[in-house]
Amino acid sequence: MALYSEDIQRIAHLARIEITADEVVDVRTKLDSIFDLIERMRAVDTNGIVPMSHAQEVTLPLREDVVTETNRRELYQSVAPAVQDGLYLVPKVIE
Amino acid sequence: MVTAPIAELAHALASKRLSSVELTTALLDRIDALNPRLNAFLARDRKRALGEAKAADARLAAGNATPLTGIPVAHKDVLMTAGWKTTCGSRMLENFVAPYSAFVVERLAEAGMVLVGKTNMDEFAMGSSSETSYFGPVKNPWNVDYVPGGSSGGSSAAVAARLVPAATGTDTGGSIRQPAALSGVCGLKPTYGVCSRYGLIAFASSLDTPGPLAQTAEDCALLLNAMAGHDPRDSTSLDRPREDYARLLRAPGGTKPLAGLRIGMPKEYFGDGIDADVAAAVGAALAEFRKLGATTIEVTLPNVDLSVPVYYVIAPAEASSNLARFDGVRYGHRAAKHDDLSDMYKKTRAEGFGAEVKRRILVGTYVLSHGYYDAYYLKAQQVRRLIADGFQRAYGQCDLILGPTAPTAAFKLGAKTADPVQMYLNDIFTVAGNLTGAPAISIPCGFDRNGLPIGLQLQGNYFAEGLILNAAHRFQQATDWHRREPAAIALETAR
Repeated sequence: MALYSEDIQRIAHLARIEITADEVVDVRTKLDSIFDLIERMRAVDTNGIVPMSHAQEVTLPLREDVVTETNRRELYQSVAPAVQDGLYLVPKVIE
Repeated sequence: MVTAPIAELAHALASKRLSSVELTTALLDRIDALNPRLNAFLARDRKRALGEAKAADARLAAGNATPLTGIPVAHKDVLMTAGWKTTCGSRMLENFVAPYSAFVVERLAEAGMVLVGKTNMDEFAMGSSSETSYFGPVKNPWNVDYVPGGSSGGSSAAVAARLVPAATGTDTGGSIRQPAALSGVCGLKPTYGVCSRYGLIAFASSLDTPGPLAQTAEDCALLLNAMAGHDPRDSTSLDRPREDYARLLRAPGGTKPLAGLRIGMPKEYFGDGIDADVAAAVGAALAEFRKLGATTIEVTLPNVDLSVPVYYVIAPAEASSNLARFDGVRYGHRAAKHDDLSDMYKKTRAEGFGAEVKRRILVGTYVLSHGYYDAYYLKAQQVRRLIADGFQRAYGQCDLILGPTAPTAAFKLGAKTADPVQMYLNDIFTVAGNLTGAPAISIPCGFDRNGLPIGLQLQGNYFAEGLILNAAHRFQQATDWHRREPAAIALETAR
């Protein structure tokens, strides 16, 4: 499999990572070699094999429907890049 | 004395020959002297550590101490530690102070361990050499031109240099065992679900496993006793009866303490691509296990050669999802210059993440993207099942599986940074343990021609930690590889 520069830019957009024109060739070359490694796996016959999504065959536990978390907004917001009046600030999204 | 294993230190503390304040002070001085050469620690806090040591001494005096009370420890910087900077080795979290602590951090604190600092690591635990850290590479104490392994390389180097008797690590594809091997210490990856992942900054959630690094298997057992346990805050934490992982170690040994133990040797682990010195050291270890009474049997692990390709689909896929949270809004780095919200995300992540983290997010994003899910992620999960089934068949014939932890001893700094695939192949013997979720340990078993340590891996079936630790302990009672200390560091200390 060979990726094109457009593929890289498409994936980078999905991942919300800016990749400059200078970087794209190096990224593409390294991703190509990683996908060459991955490709070896695709030759195995896995017809009818149940996917293994987890190491243990356990079902997700349920808990009582009660409040367990206390309000720690100030503590959590103390590490935020920008807050005001208890709200996280982001660049304007609506004109 | 202060560089002794936990079991010996605990004895000295209990008999009042040594206080935790004395021990902690001595090790903090040692860290001050040696860390500039190793870069193993990212953060230290002398005042806080001495406060905890004082409290530990009081607890020892009051007679309600545990075997870990007063023993200094360091935590890998991927583990949230309340009030401490927790950076994950990343610019993204350069100034992030954890608002709460990870489960394993809490448990070791409750046991009375003294936290001296946070250890350096590959950025977001992605790497096998501890070179991808934003804060510079960790150096191997046996030779500072070489890597210590990774991603828990700060922890392994700190234990190897005897800066701390114990450190925590996390293992997603070998990140406890491989650095333990390359640094010449012991590292245990428990069964997935035995140690809660609460507060472990997630890389690949179905694979991430916290565990201990220490000088001996016995110390790993003591640490696991405190680190294991059910935690409702991690939905994958297992609710099992409490287990004493050191129980078998206390049984009388005799000349054949491992009589009846069947050790499997997978032919896949002894083929091409293994360094001759590594093969010789592992072969000699095998002979030692036979002397201790174990029998050996050849086994086969079908598809285990596909573990690395499978891992490089599953781990990046999960990472791309987990690391989506680093967007410059709630915590961490935010790009100073940006246009709109989307541009803020993109520039923040471009600046905050290093090259290897970005690569893995991109690979993961691709394999999960529309039209590719079945061909990659689903396929990888199916091959993961085939690999796990192969291990189950092998465990029908043997109790433990023995082999090298890594194909070579440590390599030079910079030797593999230009080629990610070469770096990935370092984990060829360790990733399967993460895919299956079963436990494994790496212990020192020799040195290569450059005087660098070689690691031996013992893998076992689910919940076989006790068996693994006992086999490793009996080997260590009969050998002294684990007692060797880096000469360069010893000289430095004497100066």
